Amino acid sequence: MVTPANFRVRQIITGFAVLLLLIGFPLVVRQSFHIHVMILVFMFGMLGVAWNIMGGYAGMFSFGQAAFFGIGAYTSSYLSIAYVVNPWLGLVAGGCVAALVAAAIGYPCSNLRGHYFAIASIAFAEIVRIVFNNWKMVGAAEGLSLSMQNESFTNFLFNSSKLPYYYIMLAFLLVSLAVCYFIATSKMGYYFRAIKESHKIAEVLGVDVVSYRLMAIMISAFLSAMAGTFYAQYILYIDPGSVMLLAMSIQIVLISMLGGAGSIMGPVIGAAILIPASEYTRVALGYKGTGVDMLIYGLLITLISMYYPEGVWKLFSRIGKKLK
Amino acid sequence: MNKAICLKVAGLSKRFGGLAANNDIHFFVEEGEIVSVIGPNGAGKSTLFNCVTGVYKPDSGNVFFYGKDITRMRPDKVCTLGIARTFQIVEVISEMTVLENVTTGALLRYHRIKRAMEKAGEILTFTGLYEKRDFLGTELTIADKKRLEVSMALATQPRLLMLDESMAGLNKVELREILDLIRKIRNEGMTLIIVEHVMEAVMQISDRVIVLNSGKKIMEGTPKEVCSDREVIQAYLGEKYCAIPK
Repeated sequence: MVTPANFRVRQIITGFAVLLLLIGFPLVVRQSFHIHVMILVFMFGMLGVAWNIMGGYAGMFSFGQAAFFGIGAYTSSYLSIAYVVNPWLGLVAGGCVAALVAAAIGYPCSNLRGHYFAIASIAFAEIVRIVFNNWKMVGAAEGLSLSMQNESFTNFLFNSSKLPYYYIMLAFLLVSLAVCYFIATSKMGYYFRAIKESHKIAEVLGVDVVSYRLMAIMISAFLSAMAGTFYAQYILYIDPGSVMLLAMSIQIVLISMLGGAGSIMGPVIGAAILIPASEYTRVALGYKGTGVDMLIYGLLITLISMYYPEGVWKLFSRIGKKLK
Repeated sequence: MNKAICLKVAGLSKRFGGLAANNDIHFFVEEGEIVSVIGPNGAGKSTLFNCVTGVYKPDSGNVFFYGKDITRMRPDKVCTLGIARTFQIVEVISEMTVLENVTTGALLRYHRIKRAMEKAGEILTFTGLYEKRDFLGTELTIADKKRLEVSMALATQPRLLMLDESMAGLNKVELREILDLIRKIRNEGMTLIIVEHVMEAVMQISDRVIVLNSGKKIMEGTPKEVCSDREVIQAYLGEKYCAIPK
């Protein structure tokens, strides 16, 4: 008989073991492509966690996360190019700009729920993309190229190795998980879940629905923007066609939903399954130009949504309970 | 003996297009009373509840809670001031356990989860749902869902509790249980307003009864007075109840 406390200890030990594996991974596997795939897993994991805070917990199904990601990428890049602002400061600035934009768009959408919120979020993200596509100051459709000079941690720039990027993105992912854990186990998380059920019930329990919804959107936007700045510093080139695409917003929702919306680890598990699946099938089959890679990827998504509609996370928690 | 006026409704009106759902309604509720609102379907009972708790904004008139004007205040602010309610169509958070549901209510007064959860446990013991604390909201029977909804309302620590048809659709045993619970809540010093169709229950527990018909208040009085009023009998009760008070 395992007590809940014991179970918790086992969870923590498992968590640390996985973390150690992740820290050790790039020291053993040296091929740059595998490291790149892991970086993408962490990045989309973080974007999924950010989506999950507003979508999985507070019930606001955003299909516009790429806009926040893009705003983060553009803010830090533009500040760095135009005013030589350090990218780490740009990271914070990008998060703040994204959160402010999120509040400005979230407030008038306060009464939108379900499909209507989803539609509004698509419209918002597309407007942002089109604006950036035509905005001369930020390079319009040509995008922005970042300098490759002066590699260092302070400059958030590393040319000779992907390792620093790997560890920085892992750290970002851990930060977003910590934020999500804190929310899930606090008053905010309970209130988010009440709002997800219905505004009516939340209100009569004394929840200020508009403010709590704004908090969810702003936190989600901030974290997404952090991932955006990371992407800009990693790829060193951004344009609206790479950082603000609807396809990316949809992928973020897919990852979170299939991994398990409303659970802390769900989106990370979703990213860990879908990103390698998409990347490796693309590398193995994509060059043929037949689209077989997309077929396999699509089949995987179909299978998961058929057998684990609540997310692969359910499978994990079921195994966890069996072991208990 | 003069008691404090808990709730005062003055000239409240609410129209939906051409329909006057509430038309110039006046009444007050003293602290510690149980006041029932009865009337046929569509009489405006739920609209009245919604106007008092801020779910609807009334077109005219005022609502005072312990002398404070709460007209058109947001529902969450009304709840924070101390008015809790349940809904005619029962509302619980389906993805949460019973304990988590009640904890969400308790978080209004206790900001730390641990404290709120302890408080929720106490309330569930009081309402008799403690044994089912780990059930999900969706897994409960209708009677238990209604009991849970009452528990959630109590968790916000109200001074006035408004129950919208908490007894509809219950069998005799469940009905007696919820009546016992309402009496128990009153004995704790709570003021209650209830909307109810189950007349046996209304007559048993109410101090006063307000009768609505077509959006207007047609009568107010003790259960006995209401039962013997011709207009009330014609509008709502039917001849069956005529015999009781005589």
